[in-house]
Amino acid sequence: MSSPQWLVDRRSAAVHTDQFAMPSSEEEVWRYSRVADVDLSQWAIVSDRSEGVPAEAAALLDSLGHLAGTVVVRNGAVVASRLDEALVAKGVYVGSLVDGPDAQNSLGVVADGGPDVFGRLNDANFLDGVLVHVPAGVTVEAPIAIIDWIDIDGSAVYPRLVVRVGADADVRVLDWHGSADVAAFVSPLVELDVDRAGRLSYGNVQLRGPRVWQIASQVSRVLNDGTLTASHAGLGCDYGRMRTDCELIGRGATGNLSAVYFGTGSQTLDFRTFQHHAAPDTNSNLLFKGAVGGQSRSIYTGLIRVEKDARGTNAFQTNRNLKLSDTAWAESVPNLEIETNDVKCSHASTVGPVDEEQVFYLESRGVPTEIAERLIVAGFFDEVLEEFPVAAAVPLIAAAIDERLDAGVNS
Amino acid sequence: MGELRIQGLTAEVAGRQILNGVDLVVKSGEVHAVMGPNGAGKSTLSHVLMGKPGYTVTGGSVTIDGVDLLTLPTYERAKAGLFLAMQYPVEVPGVSLEELLTEALSALGRDASVVHTTVAAEAERIGLATRLLDRPVNVDLSGGEKKRNETMQLAVLRPKFAILDELDSGLDVDALRACSRRVEAATTEFNLGVLAITHYSRLLEELKPDVVHILAQGRIVSSGGPELADELERTGYAEWVEEEAPAAADPFADPFA
Repeated sequence: MSSPQWLVDRRSAAVHTDQFAMPSSEEEVWRYSRVADVDLSQWAIVSDRSEGVPAEAAALLDSLGHLAGTVVVRNGAVVASRLDEALVAKGVYVGSLVDGPDAQNSLGVVADGGPDVFGRLNDANFLDGVLVHVPAGVTVEAPIAIIDWIDIDGSAVYPRLVVRVGADADVRVLDWHGSADVAAFVSPLVELDVDRAGRLSYGNVQLRGPRVWQIASQVSRVLNDGTLTASHAGLGCDYGRMRTDCELIGRGATGNLSAVYFGTGSQTLDFRTFQHHAAPDTNSNLLFKGAVGGQSRSIYTGLIRVEKDARGTNAFQTNRNLKLSDTAWAESVPNLEIETNDVKCSHASTVGPVDEEQVFYLESRGVPTEIAERLIVAGFFDEVLEEFPVAAAVPLIAAAIDERLDAGVNS
Repeated sequence: MGELRIQGLTAEVAGRQILNGVDLVVKSGEVHAVMGPNGAGKSTLSHVLMGKPGYTVTGGSVTIDGVDLLTLPTYERAKAGLFLAMQYPVEVPGVSLEELLTEALSALGRDASVVHTTVAAEAERIGLATRLLDRPVNVDLSGGEKKRNETMQLAVLRPKFAILDELDSGLDVDALRACSRRVEAATTEFNLGVLAITHYSRLLEELKPDVVHILAQGRIVSSGGPELADELERTGYAEWVEEEAPAAADPFADPFA
């Protein structure tokens, strides 16, 4: 399959305009990160197209119940896609980006070049890219699932996903990031575009293998009265980073951002969020909850930025962290930048061990300490998981959390 | 016939001695009320018995049927037959009551498969709306609901001995009656021994004490029959509070009590 000329031009432009200099962890947005350990020359960009649906991806799709559409991406290449006929007839598209409607304008619609060098690397190097396009007024009842699978050792992969939700359209998308147990460098760029009064619920599960390094970026744009709900589960990877840029640019736009993350062993999970209120009466609500065990580390830094015009804004940001072992480490830095008075804003952040009073309460009923702590940790994530956009994925996330608790996290 | 035996119990919190040698013996089926002024060490006693972190036992012993409780972690004390109905039941987000009791019954070596039906029956008996049962433990419950919930759990777990730490505090008349009646019934149903710690005597209208103790300055200063509670109702605790030595503050006590 050859790329259209516009894409070839775009890629070479990305390559030529940038030297791909690595950022420094001196920069606030990279502080505490492991970007200094990223050596791109160590990884080979995948250029051959993989074929066939991996058995793990097929099994995952089977476990998710009825899906309106599916896409399987293997090492950056779309290897399968399907969409209910009725939706095809309504103009919905799910599949390889270049074959989709208005492909040239869709790519980069929200995140032209992305927020940092990794976005530009994605622009230059992504293989196929996936497009989910829901025309104005169309409601997609069942979820659409994308399985992004990596199974080439030593590879550098740049997944690209663009979701475009038309005016008053409604869709739920599950974006599952998995891998075989390979060493790989993955840098996904996700663009979420919500038109007027559109509703997009996007759930992203990052459950890559333990030797994968992932630096992901999710950029969203919400127009007037549109609602974006974006949830993330960050569980896998040696180093797993996700940067979230939520741009509320239309009056009355809403962005609900949430995440659960669970670090064990020597993992580092790294989250940077930007809630950008650029229009009046916009609402954002962020809840990131994480636990760190073993010698793992987590970083959360978040910024709420309210522009001068964005009067009537409601913006909330909460980050809570459970520290399950003495050697685990969690950093939480919330920030506000507000240029108008007519706003309701708050931020809260906590880092601490499992609540001693809660453990005592459960123990006083006869529940052994270890089980009590387990119940509390599992329960800690409930309020996020209950709202996860694709309910069928929740038992899978909960099982992955259980697996980590089983493996032991206290030391 | 079992017994909960407390002998010469001394304990401190943050380096400050609160219990100065408590002696008490409760036998199965008996109800003992421990009454006392604020700061007498009532809550400390209940916390120390259950093994709450933050307290240091400096002397004495506590046994149930000869089993030494003080060396055991809290959950083993529960397994030995002790239950604490807390003054301020803790909210545990994300953990449902049914999950809690299933784990508790399993750990106690009991049949956990009946938990749903047992809980439903006990909840109805004590007037706790069954819609609350799927909710996270104590989250968004009113004061009265929390105390009914504590009592309901007591009934499901059927311990040998229950400490009721100010079960009556902040309770409306209906909830107080429901809770105290349920505990009273448990003393015959499963021969429950009760140590009811309270500041006021209204709990004892439905829950009939066999023995009333007065705790002051961290020790039992007087013991008697139910008439002692009536007397306290009339005279108050003035006799037991020494002017020159204000009662030691328990950092875990209710600041508004």
